[in-house]
Amino acid sequence: MADAGTLTSATALEDADRRKAWGFVAPALLWAAAFFVVPFAFMAAMSLWKREGRELVRVWNFDNYARFFSENALFQGLVNSLEITVIVTVISVLLAYPLAWIIAERVPKRLQRMALILAILPFWTSYVVRSYSWLLVLSKNGVINQMFMNIGLISEPLELASTRTATVIGFVHFFVMLLTLTIYSNLIQLSPNYRRAAADLGANAFQTFWHVVLPLTLPGIMTGAFLTFVLCIGDYVTPQILGGNNELVLPQIIMLQLGRRADFPMAAALSIVLMLAVTVAYVACARWLKIERA
Amino acid sequence: MMQSVRDGAPLRRFLSSSAAIAITTLSAVAAPAPVFAQEELNALVWCDHTDPALLEPFEKANDVKVNVKVYEGTGAGLSILDQSQPGDWDVLVIDGVDVHRAIDLDLLAEMPADALPTADIFPEVRMEANNTKDGKTYAVTEKFGYNTISYDKTKVDPKDMQDLSVIWSDKYKGRIALYDYYLPMIGLVGLGLGKKTSELTEADMPAIKEKLAAMRAVSKQVSDVVSSQTALATGEVDILVGGGEWITAVLSADKPSLDWTIPEQGAVRWAQSIGVMKDSTKQDLALKFVQYILSPEGQARLATSSCYWAMPANAKAGEFLNDQQKTALRFSEQAEYLKKTQLYPIPSAELDQQFQDAWTEMLQQ
Repeated sequence: MADAGTLTSATALEDADRRKAWGFVAPALLWAAAFFVVPFAFMAAMSLWKREGRELVRVWNFDNYARFFSENALFQGLVNSLEITVIVTVISVLLAYPLAWIIAERVPKRLQRMALILAILPFWTSYVVRSYSWLLVLSKNGVINQMFMNIGLISEPLELASTRTATVIGFVHFFVMLLTLTIYSNLIQLSPNYRRAAADLGANAFQTFWHVVLPLTLPGIMTGAFLTFVLCIGDYVTPQILGGNNELVLPQIIMLQLGRRADFPMAAALSIVLMLAVTVAYVACARWLKIERA
Repeated sequence: MMQSVRDGAPLRRFLSSSAAIAITTLSAVAAPAPVFAQEELNALVWCDHTDPALLEPFEKANDVKVNVKVYEGTGAGLSILDQSQPGDWDVLVIDGVDVHRAIDLDLLAEMPADALPTADIFPEVRMEANNTKDGKTYAVTEKFGYNTISYDKTKVDPKDMQDLSVIWSDKYKGRIALYDYYLPMIGLVGLGLGKKTSELTEADMPAIKEKLAAMRAVSKQVSDVVSSQTALATGEVDILVGGGEWITAVLSADKPSLDWTIPEQGAVRWAQSIGVMKDSTKQDLALKFVQYILSPEGQARLATSSCYWAMPANAKAGEFLNDQQKTALRFSEQAEYLKKTQLYPIPSAELDQQFQDAWTEMLQQ
């Protein structure tokens, strides 16, 4: 009887714990349902409607998706988006890692906060203003071309503004800051004992970095890289200002559907495609994005 | 002990914050009470209507606060209205070619024709066919301009700009920007092909696509208003196809080398209209606002609004413009320009789709 009583009270405690857990989780679930699941369901449903002339035809069909895959100009938007996003993510990681490492390992502890603030200082300016500033810097009469011409490196100005290069530069400037933060936070959590153990086992500095530090900081890299991917592939402002419309990315094509014709079904279908691309990126990074208890 | 010191810090911050709030509150109480407007008027507009120099005289005269929301593109504007409650908006500014879209959606109220200065409006931009239906006036043209050729006269030969074919010739390859709005741009292509903008049909699409591709091949970029202005001002490009006084006039003081012209073949004319929302609960006040915007004084302010300059629809606005402003707008040359230009195309929904697809295709080339 005593055992049964203990069992009953243990079950009651578990039930109470479960109810408490649900109580804690419920607000987040409700938030996600109200601001993600429901709007997403509406958008998915709308992507299956279509606009005929000025009329919205509320009959489910896959015409918008068929158009996306059959019209090269639309599909190319996805290709451009993916290409630019991958280039930006790779360059940003390559630049941010050494920067984060220098701040975490070489800058004295008392100055690290200041170094981080300096690293993320550009975040404090408006995104649009920063993009237009880059446009001026990269223009024919901009700082870069003038400097190169003054030192005799080039005789004619380089075509930098309104190109994919300009878009990539604008993005990288922004995302290096983001990645520096995620990688730095990973690096400072790394116990020095790992490196000491590697040194004891005869590893040189490069081997320690390659076989010990880098794998252990991969979660930070992948978290930053995934955030970079998500923010970059969905961005409209930077390609619009710096790319000179010389190639369209998917968010620009989405905006084009809305501007005059208000073709929300087509815009919704393109948005779903964009979201699928992000989902694929998540699945690819999921191994490193697991949230585990310490 | 340490604990109490740490605990003391938030308390001090709280006390100092409270003191700051108290001082601010006392200051606010002690200061003369601001005069709050009795009424509010909500206007869904283009960015040129946000200039305080335009709104303040009306607000003061009528003791009203005008709340403005800016939109770009008729589709975006109609979506905002679709998501609003009836009565949320009192005034609507809309592309002149799209007034009938708003009328068909039963958005605009009929305005008493005799209360509007229609007779003072340049005859070519009265656009009765667009602004009225079944003899009833739903909107009035308030501002217009041209999608034509803007250029830096120190960098290109102004004579070349008189021929529309320059927009697809190799002579200025890599020095041309295209304005990123397919409707006027396709209208310009049509003019270059010798077609009237009102007569463009599906049959013209192959030729239009071919010329769009040729324009793309010689252009440096396709850009919106701000990027186009930046490109011209910084010397990134020397020609802007689709530009006009609304691009260069506002820069005229700082960049006198920027100019614009209407080629021999003509150019495209744009116009924006203003009307009162049918579900507005402040019909009289909204009409008063429309009348103010259409008055010579309001027109001069709208024409030289900080967002972009363009011609006032009311010919009497010239009395309120100074010489520099008139020169920048080419006020005295309007009679000739109006003759040489055509309203930009008003395609059916199906043709509109084809226009947009052709434009998207061109951008991806």
